[in-house]
Amino acid sequence: MQAELIDIRNHLVQHSPFDDMPEELVNQLTTSIEISYVRAGTQILEAGQASAYMYYVRSGAVEIFRRSGELYNRIGEGEIFGQFGLLMHRKVRFPAKALEDSLLYRIPADTFHYLFENDENFADFVEIEDRSRLRSALSRREKSNELMTSRVTRLISRKTISAPTNVRLQEAARIMTDKGVSALLLMDGEGENARPAGIITDRDLRTRAVTEALPSETPVSEIMSEGLITIRASSYIFEAMLTMLHNNVHHLPVMDGHEVRGVVALADIVKYESQSSLYLVSNIYHQQNVKGLKKISRDVRDSFVRMVNEDANSHMIGSAMAGIGRSFTQRLLELGEEKLGPPPVPYCFMALGSMARDEQLVVTDQDNAMILDDRFVPEEHDAYFLALAKFVSDGLAECGYTYCTGDIMATNPKWRQPLKVWRNYFTDWIENPKAEALLNSNIFFDLDGIYGRTEFAEELKALVADKASNSQRFLTMMARNALNRTPPLGFFRTFVLEEDGKHQKTFNLKRRGTAPLSDLIRIHSLACGSLAQNSFERLKSISKTKLIIEDDLGNLRDALEFISIVRIRHQALSIEAGEEPDNNVRPEDLSPFERSHLKDAFQVVSNAQKFLRFRYNTQVTRNV
Amino acid sequence: MSEHHPVPDAIKHLPWPEQYQALARHTKAPVLKHFYEAGCPSPQTPVSEVPMVALDFETTGLDAEAHSIVSIGLVPFTLDAIQLDQAKHWVVRPRLPLHQTSVTFHGITHADIDEAPDLSEVLEDVFASLNGRIPVVHFRNIERRFLNVALQWRLGEGIRFPVIDTMAIEAHLHPDRHPSFLKSLMGKKSLSIRLADSRTRYGLPHYAAHNALIDAIATAELLQAQILHHFSPQTPVGDLWV
Repeated sequence: MQAELIDIRNHLVQHSPFDDMPEELVNQLTTSIEISYVRAGTQILEAGQASAYMYYVRSGAVEIFRRSGELYNRIGEGEIFGQFGLLMHRKVRFPAKALEDSLLYRIPADTFHYLFENDENFADFVEIEDRSRLRSALSRREKSNELMTSRVTRLISRKTISAPTNVRLQEAARIMTDKGVSALLLMDGEGENARPAGIITDRDLRTRAVTEALPSETPVSEIMSEGLITIRASSYIFEAMLTMLHNNVHHLPVMDGHEVRGVVALADIVKYESQSSLYLVSNIYHQQNVKGLKKISRDVRDSFVRMVNEDANSHMIGSAMAGIGRSFTQRLLELGEEKLGPPPVPYCFMALGSMARDEQLVVTDQDNAMILDDRFVPEEHDAYFLALAKFVSDGLAECGYTYCTGDIMATNPKWRQPLKVWRNYFTDWIENPKAEALLNSNIFFDLDGIYGRTEFAEELKALVADKASNSQRFLTMMARNALNRTPPLGFFRTFVLEEDGKHQKTFNLKRRGTAPLSDLIRIHSLACGSLAQNSFERLKSISKTKLIIEDDLGNLRDALEFISIVRIRHQALSIEAGEEPDNNVRPEDLSPFERSHLKDAFQVVSNAQKFLRFRYNTQVTRNV
Repeated sequence: MSEHHPVPDAIKHLPWPEQYQALARHTKAPVLKHFYEAGCPSPQTPVSEVPMVALDFETTGLDAEAHSIVSIGLVPFTLDAIQLDQAKHWVVRPRLPLHQTSVTFHGITHADIDEAPDLSEVLEDVFASLNGRIPVVHFRNIERRFLNVALQWRLGEGIRFPVIDTMAIEAHLHPDRHPSFLKSLMGKKSLSIRLADSRTRYGLPHYAAHNALIDAIATAELLQAQILHHFSPQTPVGDLWV
């Protein structure tokens, strides 16, 4: 640096993050500066334009906007802007406009990245100094996915075709053929007071009416699906997609209050997003044997990678993957029943863990169980259920869902029990908690009925929600377990690394990130008596009780989303590279953006664990 | 000091681009030949497209015939950006002794100068930054005259080039800067067109140090501000240079 540039250098070093920067770096920085004068009102940065600089305001003032046009920040003398674009895809994220005549120091991208790599303080400052940036980074990313920005009403292209519930089968089929629709909405009442009561589809006609050879005079109400699942007109397309995935329905009436605005079909969304995971789901139901299922299971990873590349958020990806897993399971159960005959007593097939939470990814094993009707007699009935459980479990293994190493599967007699036994299990876990026992049964507290008499699972959920919130001892034990796994963050915000199987220094994003987070969210949710299973839904329930302040909940949500999405992207990259995806990440494989946001997110986990420890007054135990 | 190789008046009256071509043929010293050969943009060129170089000299006094250059600062720039990575500064040994008064002003001491090279030793480096660029100065009577005299001494030939003078621009913008007798009686002061004062009018920051480089940078910033306030990026450079 020319010594004569000292005036410029001296201004920089009076301001963060240049005040602590080693002299040599500041000198390099000073020399790289390009000075530019801008008049008040000048647009300095436009959204989407390639970013080439970080800006330092030498004099004057600059306003930073969100893409929506809303004012985000005001930047004055000695402050910086434009760093976001350099960190993310090198595209301008926040438009900037001069509020006053300003003299700007432009720091070229190369210099910026050099400083980022060589000065930890600088890296932290440009990334972490303002926590809300994590949130804006996330919401920005989500905005780019059309499924998340377009309303479901956009898919409605025609008038709703409906008929009264007492219409006969033959007439219903004729209306559907004439109008060329795959679903007919059935209405109770007339005129103004008409309310949708149910829906029948092509598939219902085939599977229920034709195969069972019902007389054509049968009223459709006899075969109509009960408990009509609808969606609000204000919902986004991805919510419709999640609703279909979760409930395994292919038609959703769109409601505006009591009024039906239209019906959205699976095909509408598939058309919208040509290769969506919904398409895969519908394909699953067309498979006639395990071999066919195995064949299309290869598409699961493609579907996953595509969603990642389309900037879907973790909730959407987790739900879609869980929906796919659920569909495989459901189809296997249908095929199993075809093979073994109808079940001797009713039962419910239950998903546990990540599938139940709608947080499944591609590296996953099967965790499931069966709740049998209380009329179950082991000697008479168990052979059937064992055979069915085995058929499903083997089929899932064929489709890439490996056997559970902890043997939490319906093939294990312990987890294939009548409802009354399940009630006793949960009652015992909650009323006589032992930390060791809970460590192994933790997974049962994320449960979801996915086939058969799902109301059995609902009953267990209600029991848990009711008892858990009243048992401080149970919550304390659960909290103790939840504190076993800590985020990989050392003193001075350095990553704490472990050696993975390949002898590389890594940290595990699941064990050290998403798992401890979902553990602690589960405990707060149980304490609130919430029935929710998904972590984001649980956070919403917690929010209603004011158990945790809104700011902290927001941070938890952001941290979960960010760690999840980094984990998801890591897996997608492995798949694209033809490698076996896992959860072990080497810090050097992450972008500077991901590294510094991850530290921020891990800090949130760490703080949340401190809060949990304080709230349940648990001793620190470390037995990772 | 005498002009060994005078430039004919016919050349002196040519427009600048043609004058550079003629001078390139007329001149003897290679360093000047290169300078003229690098060319001069047509006067119609929008100022936003013109490569410029802000130039500032510290001198032992104001009279080019009696005083010498002690330091040179320059920074290449455009209307859009002043590139600090190309900023240069040299201290050179004056032909005449330093006055104590000028030492206090520019801070260059006898010790600095004793070790400094003669201007002739750094000429090539200086011209490397000048070639192909229009010089921008604050008060044209210093840089252009001192450089002309210094080159005549060393090369036996002077130099001719247009300059954009930020002080002349300020003077032009404020023709009534000297208050009438009546107003000056009422305490109204003259409006200053000195570099630091001019900058204040555009919200440009104050620089504590005084050296040729920081003043060159200050001049470049001032020109950016002047053009954006009173002219436009499309203004022909010929309207600005003198």
